[in-house]
Amino acid sequence: MIEDFLLRAAIGGIGLALVAGPVGCFVVWRRMAYFGDSLAHSALLGIALGFLLGIDPTLGVAATAIVAALLMAGLQVRQRLASDTLLGILSHGGLAFGLISIGLTQGLRTDLFAYLFGDVLAIDARDLAWIWIGGGAALVGLALIWRPLLALTVHEELARAEGKRVALAKLAYLLLIALVVAVAMKIVGVLLVTALLIIPAAAARGLARSPEGMAALAALMGVLAVLLGLAASWWLDTPSGPSIVAAATLLFFATAIGGTRLALGRGRA
Amino acid sequence: MQGPDAPLIAAEGVSLALDGRTVLASIDLAVHPGEIVTLIGPNGAGKTSLVRVLLGLVRPDEGRILRRPNLKIGYVPQQVDRDPVLPLQADRFLALAGPTTRARRQAALEEVGAAHVARHPFHALSGGELQRALLARALLRDPDLLVLDEPVRGVDVGGQIALYDLIDGIRKRRGCGVLMVSHDLHLVMAATDQVVCLNTHVCCAGHPEAVTRHPEYRALFGSAAERLAVYVHHHDHAHALAGEVLPIGEAGGHPHPHP
Repeated sequence: MIEDFLLRAAIGGIGLALVAGPVGCFVVWRRMAYFGDSLAHSALLGIALGFLLGIDPTLGVAATAIVAALLMAGLQVRQRLASDTLLGILSHGGLAFGLISIGLTQGLRTDLFAYLFGDVLAIDARDLAWIWIGGGAALVGLALIWRPLLALTVHEELARAEGKRVALAKLAYLLLIALVVAVAMKIVGVLLVTALLIIPAAAARGLARSPEGMAALAALMGVLAVLLGLAASWWLDTPSGPSIVAAATLLFFATAIGGTRLALGRGRA
Repeated sequence: MQGPDAPLIAAEGVSLALDGRTVLASIDLAVHPGEIVTLIGPNGAGKTSLVRVLLGLVRPDEGRILRRPNLKIGYVPQQVDRDPVLPLQADRFLALAGPTTRARRQAALEEVGAAHVARHPFHALSGGELQRALLARALLRDPDLLVLDEPVRGVDVGGQIALYDLIDGIRKRRGCGVLMVSHDLHLVMAATDQVVCLNTHVCCAGHPEAVTRHPEYRALFGSAAERLAVYVHHHDHAHALAGEVLPIGEAGGHPHPHP
């Protein structure tokens, strides 16, 4: 008989993986891995904010992530610093301020480890609702902007010249990442959120022949990683969030090696 | 802007400054149906900026752009960064143009002589195949005007001649206007009706042979000007009797039949 908490963890993890895979494909295609990191770290402030305002912590994180995403996008338009330097400042600055805000808030300090690395075995029905409703909304949103977002990812100016709504698609995509970061926080924590976005997508690349195929495979890889990670956590008593990310990493290397052998066999990369 | 002789698109007194630096100064330019206009000029002359203003991607500080009502533009951009992390076949790249059918995409690839690349990964296309795929995506929009920013970039000389022939053929078959930014000065397509030499302002304009004799052009390009070769199309008419250099929009810019 499966324990209830393990079942909830699996349902929550699968829900997150289904949305993180497709959203993460664009993070990989648009080279936004560092952006995702900075966003997740800044979102740590949202936990203290949610606690102080007495609102749902996930809501606090979602609001903070959205504000941080808009600020970062605005800062990147006119800049003297290279993009990775700017994101590095925001990433580590966000983490530092987030940790301080949690440290200063009575009643939060003891849970610090859970915020950083997730605590999927402790998710409750409300968290599940957040994951499936928030994640479902993010997937629908992604489907709606899929065509213009893909076109601008391949060539932004050409997409603009063809009359596609580039600015709208970019803005909507930032909000989607913020939403995914918020729902992922409970499961893998702020330090590992980006891993769930980019590793399943990267693992899917070698097996995919179309953008949609890669998105679907990334979702599948994420689900596999969640199940393998939870199994390891159950049988080997390892921390659950890191176990999920470790499983995804092993899947990535497996497909990378398998994909290379396949490519060599076919005679072309 | 009505009637068959009216330009498809025209710039009137267009000026643009970027970060306080003047990039374009009082540019006049017009492209008529069935006409090929080639923009040449040194690096930083404002060629791509002018293209972006004409496409409506940048608003000029002064002047205006006049377009025919419902003008459809097919655009081939200069730089395409391709990343193998995105699994995209050439046919799918074409589909990004908008609502199309597989048959139309295949027909467009056939028109540019690249039917065989439909299933190839976009990131692995050769320089010539990439330019043809870009051209095919532009043709899918049924353009009245083709705007081609360095359409022979990354292609060897033999391939460049083939591409110029292809563009000339498309112009003749479809009767669309073509505005082209030239890849380099050494090979300007002879089918070009008008060359516009740009260096922030319009230095000179006219038939290719006439422009190469213009003093300002020679001052601009120095010894490179001596090496400029006008590629003569093997079944083209005699452009050797080129007229005088004329301001744009006057006699130099009118369409004329090509036998």
